[in-house]
Amino acid sequence: MYAALKRLIDTRLFQLRGPQPGAIVLVQRRIFILPTRHGVVFAAVLALMLLGSVNYSLSLGFLLTFLLGAMGVNAMLYTFRNLARLRIAPGRTQPVFAGETAYFTVCITNASVTDRYSIGLTRDRRHAVFVDAPQSQTALASVPVAAPRRGVLRPGRITLFTRYPLGLFHAWAYLELDMRCLVYPRPEAARMTPPPPTPKAGEGFEHGAGHEDFAGLRPYHLGDAPRHIAWKAAARGQGLLTKQFSGRADAELWFDWNELPAQLDVEARLSRLARWVLDAHAAGRAFGLRLPGVTLALAAGRAQRDRCLEALALFGLEDGER
Amino acid sequence: MTAGAPVLSLRNVWWLLAALAMVGAPHAGRVPWWITALAVTLMAWRGYLARFNLGLPSRWLLLLVIAGGTAGVFVSYGTIFGRDAGVALLIIMLSLKLLELATLRDAMLLVFLGYFLVITNFLYSQTIPTALYMLGSVWFITATMIGLHFAVRYPGPAAPLRTAGVLLAQSVPLMLVFFVLFPRVQGPLWGLPRDAYAGITGLSDTMTPGSIANLSLSDAVAFRATFNGPIPNPTRLYWRGPVLWDFDGRTWSAGRPYFGKMRYETNSAPVEYTITLEPHSKRWMFALDLPARMPPATIVTWDFQILSTIPIHNRVRYEMSSYTSYRYGEEEREPVLARARRLPEGYNPRTRELARRMRGDAPDDRDLIRNVLAKFRNENFFYTLSPPPLGEHSVDEFLFATKSGFCEHYAAAFTVLMRAAGIPARIVTGYQGGEVNPITDYLIVRQADAHAWVEVWLEGQGWVRIDPTAAVSPQRVERGIAAAIPVSDPLPLLVRTDYEWLRRIRFTWDSIANNWNQWVLGYTQERQRQFLRSFGIADPAWRNLAAMLLVATGIAVLILAALVLRKLKTTVTDPVLRAYRRFCGKLARKGLPRHPAEGPADYAARLARERPELAKAVSLVSALYISLRYGTDCDPADVREFTRLVREFKA
Repeated sequence: MYAALKRLIDTRLFQLRGPQPGAIVLVQRRIFILPTRHGVVFAAVLALMLLGSVNYSLSLGFLLTFLLGAMGVNAMLYTFRNLARLRIAPGRTQPVFAGETAYFTVCITNASVTDRYSIGLTRDRRHAVFVDAPQSQTALASVPVAAPRRGVLRPGRITLFTRYPLGLFHAWAYLELDMRCLVYPRPEAARMTPPPPTPKAGEGFEHGAGHEDFAGLRPYHLGDAPRHIAWKAAARGQGLLTKQFSGRADAELWFDWNELPAQLDVEARLSRLARWVLDAHAAGRAFGLRLPGVTLALAAGRAQRDRCLEALALFGLEDGER
Repeated sequence: MTAGAPVLSLRNVWWLLAALAMVGAPHAGRVPWWITALAVTLMAWRGYLARFNLGLPSRWLLLLVIAGGTAGVFVSYGTIFGRDAGVALLIIMLSLKLLELATLRDAMLLVFLGYFLVITNFLYSQTIPTALYMLGSVWFITATMIGLHFAVRYPGPAAPLRTAGVLLAQSVPLMLVFFVLFPRVQGPLWGLPRDAYAGITGLSDTMTPGSIANLSLSDAVAFRATFNGPIPNPTRLYWRGPVLWDFDGRTWSAGRPYFGKMRYETNSAPVEYTITLEPHSKRWMFALDLPARMPPATIVTWDFQILSTIPIHNRVRYEMSSYTSYRYGEEEREPVLARARRLPEGYNPRTRELARRMRGDAPDDRDLIRNVLAKFRNENFFYTLSPPPLGEHSVDEFLFATKSGFCEHYAAAFTVLMRAAGIPARIVTGYQGGEVNPITDYLIVRQADAHAWVEVWLEGQGWVRIDPTAAVSPQRVERGIAAAIPVSDPLPLLVRTDYEWLRRIRFTWDSIANNWNQWVLGYTQERQRQFLRSFGIADPAWRNLAAMLLVATGIAVLILAALVLRKLKTTVTDPVLRAYRRFCGKLARKGLPRHPAEGPADYAARLARERPELAKAVSLVSALYISLRYGTDCDPADVREFTRLVREFKA
């Protein structure tokens, strides 16, 4: 019963119908306004002042009370105006790793000739970010949202609100922007990382073709194969160095879902693969990823890293969850 | 929401301190010095804590100060209730609340208390300067409140001050609607504290030597009178107040009044006028001798005092008419006459002896009166505001030793002489004369114009006014108090002015103050009804008023909304874009609007298809638009050419 009523209020009064694509212009029916607790106290003070004015026949008391009362009414218009006709457009979001905080950037365009101050954005009514939108400008606000799980994160309903200028009224609008943020699997803790599987034959992979030409040493990075560590140099007390080889064979690094230990569950596998992807990218190496149903060809660089992490983030998700 | 509890910035603390100091300042002269000192100390302390970012004091310390302050108020005022003690307590609490000021909630509460403190100032003064000062204070408090709500970046002091000013200025029409139409009820709703009307001066129902002279030191306005016709001659301007019958050797007092119907004969036309009486906390309503009409809610006594049914705590306005020549009281009852002949035994023996001697010389009452007045005139009697003090036989000492006195001395001596000679006599106090304001032609009567004269009862004539002061100093009656008393005597500056320009300023100011009193401060139930009637609203009953208030409020709010929300319209500053939109608008009116997703080139192509006769003009405009808006260079001449093309374009 209560749920049905709430749904009715949400859809009819607040016009909540799920995310809408594109920008939202805050027209009158999208903005709601109610007095704040301070507004109620202010009204009570005015009532007291009116009583005092009547009792003492204070003409100036009447004038003051009416002036402040009219100012309260005016403040309501001002608070409404502070949100009215703002154009809210979804901005870019940067992918994050599970466990981090995602920031949903919202572009607030104020095309009118009056400055808008102290516009707050909140999702949970406890934490808010504030932004000013001066006249004829676009302000950017980033709404933080915790991203506990990998996959696609949506901000849900964002409340845009303001109490400017007097704090007597609270005007708000619900934003259901079509925004999504990719949440990569949380990479497995670095220390526990087993070495990535040694390069070996795969499709289109030329094995043992006169490679492994020693090219030099570089500092050890986490995830380097112990096989490549220059143990002799370590024994001489030069610290851990990794031997680098030119030639494709060594660079052809494949991260394969099926090669992982059988006891790992899906998320643990994704975490480990994410760790490897990151490490390989940090090491500047080319790598490929093999997931059930998905194979990402060997490549190096930022784009490859992002592609692989996206594949990991979306692995196994239904279309509806994307 | 987190917006509820951010810690206040230093700037907000300064603003609050300044705003509250501004509102509280006028109270500094009214509360005991220690309260002012306490408030200033607490504010300075709060400022210090804010400046050096120190923690606020503990609750216990504050509770201690509250207890001490309340006790102090009790010691100073003998109570913690009532107007003065209440204001003192409010100031102490407010200063202490400052030391608890940590969050936005506290700050908002202080702002509201600041507004409330403004209204307490009106309990003491409602003059124009006070109103202006308080308007400034309200502006400042409002700016402080706005300053509390900049959550991101503080744009400097000009922004909140400007916003507050605009906010308040836009609220004025609605305020006026409410002020005019809000149904007024006659206060008070509940009992007022005893000190509600402290510090108001005026005539009293007793008179001792020197009491009227003291009143003459005040230039406070007693009342203002606007005459329908010409203002009568000064010698006729006797404003009747308390009538004093009983004398105990030192003090004259009004005693128990007789009530009855007004009975008089007259052969003159009445003088019509309107009086605006300043509050004096007593019941007399002043009127020219002899009042011929009773204002509402008054009773009249047998000796023609008009008494309001309730003490006059607020400025009242009433219409009056009077006869300046009249006869009354020819058939006075004997007990009344006996009361008017009574003298206390054992006082003023020499005066009684003098009266007996003069009675022997003049058996006729009228001759006796003439002789006494001649005595005042011819012997070396002196009219002064600062006579020497008198002892037990005050009249004896005055008549035979000091021979200098103010009007009450002459009136008292004359009455005692009359009574000793067997002629019924009584003292009438009130005001004499007044000052004509030439700016708007009304009469200002000040406390300095307070006067006392005598009425004697003569067989066949009734009660007759005799002014012994006029015998000593005719100028007092003819030209006012400033002309009559020696220059060395102290008189309020406003009463004695020699500079013409100063007089003009003073009269102009008094005109403004009079209008302020009549229309702002004196806007009572009666005045409201009168005002609305002048607009043809015959029956401003409570219900009608409420309905009118509702309608007028609706209209005012609509206007306000239009005013506030007009700023929402977006402006296009780029002349090229503006002109192109105009071009599209012209076509849209002809049923050819540009679709949202349609670029200028596509639009031009479609137009050419649908309206071939426009193709040439459209392609010209569109081509120029595309080159101006998306091209690399922008020649002002091209822009002018473009706007011209658009202007001349006809769809």
